[in-house]
Amino acid sequence: MDALFQNNLLSLILFAPTVGALVVLLLPRDQVALIRWTALVASLAPLGLTIYLWTRFDAGAAGFQLQENYLWFAAINSNYHLGVDGISLPLVLLTTLLTPLALLFSFGVGERVKAFMVLFLLLETGMLGVFLALDLILFFLFWEVGLIPMYFLINIWGSANRQYASFKFFIYTMAGSVGLLLAVQTIGLTLGTFDMLAAFERWPAFSGTIYGIPAATVRTVAFWAFTIAFAIKVPIWPFHTWLPDAHTEAPTGGSMLLAGVLLKLGAYGFLRLVLPLYPAEAKLYAGVLALLGLLAIIMGALASFGQSDFKRLVAYSSINHMGFVVLGIAAAAAVTGSAAPEIRATAIMAANGAVLQMFSHGLSAAGMFLLVGVIYERTHTRNLNDFGGLFPLAPVYGGLLIFTSMASLGLPGLAGFVSEFMVVRGVWPIFTTLTALAMIGLLMTGAYVLKGIGRTLYGPLNARWQGHRLEITAREVVALAPLAALLVINGVWPAWLVTVINETVTRLMA
Amino acid sequence: MTFPFLSVITFTPLAAAVLILLIPAERKTEVRVTALAAGVFAILLSLYVYFGYDQAAGGYQFVERYDWVPQLGISYYVGADGLNLPLVLLTAIVMLTGVLISWGVDDRPREFFAFLFLLATGVFGVFVAVDLFHLFFFYEIAVFPMYLLIAIWGWVKTREYAAMKLTLYLFIGSVIALVGALMMFVAVRNFTGENTFDMLAMSAAEQAGAFDFNLVLNNPFTGTPWLASSFQKVVFPFVFFGFAVLGGIFPFHNWSPDGHVAAPTAVSMFHAGVLMKLGAFAALRVGVMLLPEGARFHAPWIVLLTLVNVVYGSFIAMTQQDLKYMIGFSSVSHMGLVAMAFMTINRIGYTGAGLQMFSHGVMTALFFACVGMIYDRAHTRQMPELGGMARKMPWVAVAFIIGGFTSMGMPSLSGFVAELPIFLGVWRARALDVAGLPGWLASLAQQPWYFPAIAVISAVSIVVTAAYVLRAVQRVFFGELPHEFEHHVGDVTVLDKTALVVLCATMIILGLYPAIMAPLIETAVGPVMALLGVQ
Repeated sequence: MDALFQNNLLSLILFAPTVGALVVLLLPRDQVALIRWTALVASLAPLGLTIYLWTRFDAGAAGFQLQENYLWFAAINSNYHLGVDGISLPLVLLTTLLTPLALLFSFGVGERVKAFMVLFLLLETGMLGVFLALDLILFFLFWEVGLIPMYFLINIWGSANRQYASFKFFIYTMAGSVGLLLAVQTIGLTLGTFDMLAAFERWPAFSGTIYGIPAATVRTVAFWAFTIAFAIKVPIWPFHTWLPDAHTEAPTGGSMLLAGVLLKLGAYGFLRLVLPLYPAEAKLYAGVLALLGLLAIIMGALASFGQSDFKRLVAYSSINHMGFVVLGIAAAAAVTGSAAPEIRATAIMAANGAVLQMFSHGLSAAGMFLLVGVIYERTHTRNLNDFGGLFPLAPVYGGLLIFTSMASLGLPGLAGFVSEFMVVRGVWPIFTTLTALAMIGLLMTGAYVLKGIGRTLYGPLNARWQGHRLEITAREVVALAPLAALLVINGVWPAWLVTVINETVTRLMA
Repeated sequence: MTFPFLSVITFTPLAAAVLILLIPAERKTEVRVTALAAGVFAILLSLYVYFGYDQAAGGYQFVERYDWVPQLGISYYVGADGLNLPLVLLTAIVMLTGVLISWGVDDRPREFFAFLFLLATGVFGVFVAVDLFHLFFFYEIAVFPMYLLIAIWGWVKTREYAAMKLTLYLFIGSVIALVGALMMFVAVRNFTGENTFDMLAMSAAEQAGAFDFNLVLNNPFTGTPWLASSFQKVVFPFVFFGFAVLGGIFPFHNWSPDGHVAAPTAVSMFHAGVLMKLGAFAALRVGVMLLPEGARFHAPWIVLLTLVNVVYGSFIAMTQQDLKYMIGFSSVSHMGLVAMAFMTINRIGYTGAGLQMFSHGVMTALFFACVGMIYDRAHTRQMPELGGMARKMPWVAVAFIIGGFTSMGMPSLSGFVAELPIFLGVWRARALDVAGLPGWLASLAQQPWYFPAIAVISAVSIVVTAAYVLRAVQRVFFGELPHEFEHHVGDVTVLDKTALVVLCATMIILGLYPAIMAPLIETAVGPVMALLGVQ
C-alpha cells in the first residue's frame, strides 16, 4: 500500500483535483456552501501531497525523480510518463499553492457555483500535467486541455467583453499549438518515440534528411514552431495582445491563475523543451529572443503606465515581468555548451533567476489581481480615475496593496528583487547593452506601480465612495496571507528554492 | 454449431421492424418500447462480439456461410474483423441513442421506426459482409429507406429536393461501383475458372495475379488502341469513388449537407454517424483491399481531393448560419481525413482511419442529437436567432461542448487519438507507384516533402474548426436568451439525457484509453498492409 502510494505520488497530485471535480459534480446544485468547501478541500489535497513530495525530492540527485511510466497509446508509441526535476518542482508547488487561494477568493462567485468549481479543479489538473509530463504527446495533451476550463471561466464568469476576450484567448493559443503539434509529430516520427528523455538525447544530434530536407533545416523550422507556441503563452511581444483582454475580462480567481500559473507554462516550455531539444538553434537565435524579452520589458512597462483600467495595468505589468524571465532564458540559451567557466556561471545565475522570477511573479501577480478583484467587487469599476483617497476608508486593504505593489516593483527584501537581480546580474556579461536598456523598463515599473497606488489610495477622496464599505474581508486576507508571507520569505531567504533549482539548471547548461 | 451472432445482430432491427408494423398504429408506446428493446439487444450482442473477438488469432471470426446463389458463386457470408467490429458497435450505439431521442416522434412513429430499422439492418449487413454480392445487396437496402425517411419525416422546406439529390447521388455511385465489381468478378472467373463473389477468394486470386493484365479499348473506327492500361489502375477509381461518394469525398460531397439538414434528427444521426462510414468502409473493403495496386497508383492525386475535403470543408462550415449545415460541412471535413488516411498506404494511417470512423460517428450523432433537441424546442436552427440555451438545457450544452472539443481534436477526447495517427500517417506516406502518372504529378508526388506538406496544410483545418465550434457554442448556448424562448423552451427528457451521456462517455473513454480500440483495429490493418505490399 505504501509502495503504491510512493510510486504513484505524481499521479496522485495530478489527479486529486480531477477526483475532487467529479465529487463536486455529484453534489446538489443548491448546496452552495458544501460545494465551495468540498472544492477547497479537494484543492488542498494536492498541496499537501506536493509538500510531502518536496520532502521526498533529492535536490542533489541527477535527472528526473519519482518517474512513472506506463504504456498509453501503443499505436503511436506514446506513454504516460511523469517525473519532476528542479525546474518543474517549484512550479508544481506554485500551482498547488495558488489554486486553493484563488479558489478561496472565488467563494465570492455566486452564479453557477458548481460549474465554476468543477472547471477550476480541472484547470489545476491541466496545469500540473504540463509541468509533470515527460512525453511529448502527454505534454501537448495537458497543454491543450488546460485551455478549455480557462476559456469557460472567462466566457461565463467574465465581465462585459468576455466573449471576445475568451475567443481571442482560445484561438490565439490554438493557432500556436498547431505548429507545436506538427513539430512534435515530426520529432516523434523521426525518432520513433515521443519520450522526452529519448528526444533530448537524440533529436539535437539527429543528422541526415527528414522528408528530403536536411535535418538542420527541419530543426530550425521546428524550433520556431515551438518558440512561437511558447511565446504566445508567455506572452512575448508581439504575441501578447490576447493577454490584456483575457486578464481584464476574466473573473478574479481566473486572473490569479492566468497570471500566476498559465503564463509560466510558456516559459517552462522554453526551459523544458526548447533548450534541450534545440541547443544549437537556441544559441543561434538567443539574441532575437533576448531582444523580444527586452521589448516585452520596456513596452510592457510603458503600456502599463498608459492604462487607466487598474486590471489592465496589472495585466500589462505581467508582460513586463515575464520579459525578465525570457531575458534570463535567452542568456542561458546564448552560452549553452560554452567552455568558459565564468560565462557558464553567470548564465546559470540568469537561468536560476528566471525560474525564481517565475515563482515570484506567480506570487505577486496573483496577489495583485486578488487586490484589484477586491476593490472591483465593491465599487464595480476598475477605472483608476474613479478612485482616489481610499486609504482612510480601507486601511488594511491599503496596506496590503502597498505591500504587494512593492513586491511587484522589486523592493529589496521582497521576492521580486532577488529574482530580478539574479536575472540582471546573470545576463549583464552576456547581453550588456540589452540589460542596460532593460533598466528603462525597471524604471517605468516603479512609475506604473506608484501610479496604481497613488490613484487608488491617495489624493482627494472621491466623494462617491463616502460611506461605502470598502475594507477587505477576513476571507480575502486569508487568501492573500500565504502569498504575502512567501513574498517576504523568498525575499529574505530564497535559498530554499534556489538549492532545488540550481542543480537542474546547472545540468541543463552542461 | 455456434450461435450466429452476426446474423442475429443484422436481423434484429429487421425483426423489430416487422414486429412494429404488426402493432396497431395508435399504440405508440408499444411501438417505442419494442424499438428500444431491439436497440438494447443489438448493443449487448455487439459488445459481446466486440470484446469476444480473439485479437491474437486475428482474421475473420464469428463466420457464417450459407449458399445463396451457388451457380454464380454468391453466398450469404459474414464475418467480423478488426475493421468492421468498431463500426458494428458504432451502428448499435447510434441505433440505441437514435431510438432514445426519437421517443417524441409523433407523426406515424410506427412507420418511422420500421424504416429506420430497415436502414439499420442494411448497415449491419454491409459491415459484416465477406461476400461482395452480399455487400451490395445490403448497401442498397441501406440507401433505399433513407429516401422515404427524409421525404416523409424531413424538414418541410427542402425534404423533397434533398431526398432526391441524396438518392440519385448514392445510386449512381453504387452503380458505378457495381460495374467495377462485376469487372473484377469476370477477371477472377477468367483467371480461376470459378464463379465467386467471396472477397477472400477474390483477394487471393488478385494476389495470385488475376488482375495482372492490361485493359485495351480500341477506337472502333481506326482500330488503334485508345487506352491500354493495367486492369487495377483503370478499375480502382470507379470502385473507390463509387463508394466514396457516400463517404462525402470532394467533389461528390454536395448531397451530404443537404441530406443531413433535411433529415429528421434520428435519421441525421444515422446518416452522418453511420451511413457515411458505410461509404468509406466499402471503399476500403472493395476498393483498396481488392485493388491494392490501383490504390498505390492513384493515392498521390486522390490525396489532393481529400485535402480539399478537409480544408475547404472546414472553411465552408465556418460560413454557415444554420447549425445543421455547419455540422454537415464539418462532417465533410472530418470524413475527408478518413479518405486521406486511406491514401497514406501505411499502418499508422489506416489505424487512424479506423479510429476516426468510429470517433466521428459517435461525435456527429451527438451533434445531430443536440441540434435536434434545440430545434424541437426553439423551432429554429439559425445561430443568430438562438442564444442562452445553456440556461434552459444545460445537459445539451455540456454534451455539445464535449462534441465540439472532440471535433477540434482536443486531446483526451476520441478525436485526438483518431486524428493524431492519421496525421502521423500522412507525414510518413510516400508515393509508391508513380509510373504512368502524368509527369508533373509524378515528379511532384515523388518529392519527399509532398505528403508532409499535405499534413501541414490540413492542420489549418484544426484552427478553423476550433473557430467555428466556439462561435457556435457562444451563439447558441451563451449570451442573451431571446425573449420568445423564455417560456416555451424547457429542458430535455431523461431519455434524451441518457442518449447524450452514452455518446459523450464513449468519446471520453476512447480518448483517455485508446487501447480499448486501437489494438483491435491494428489486427486487421496488418493484413491490409500485406495486400498493399507495405512492410
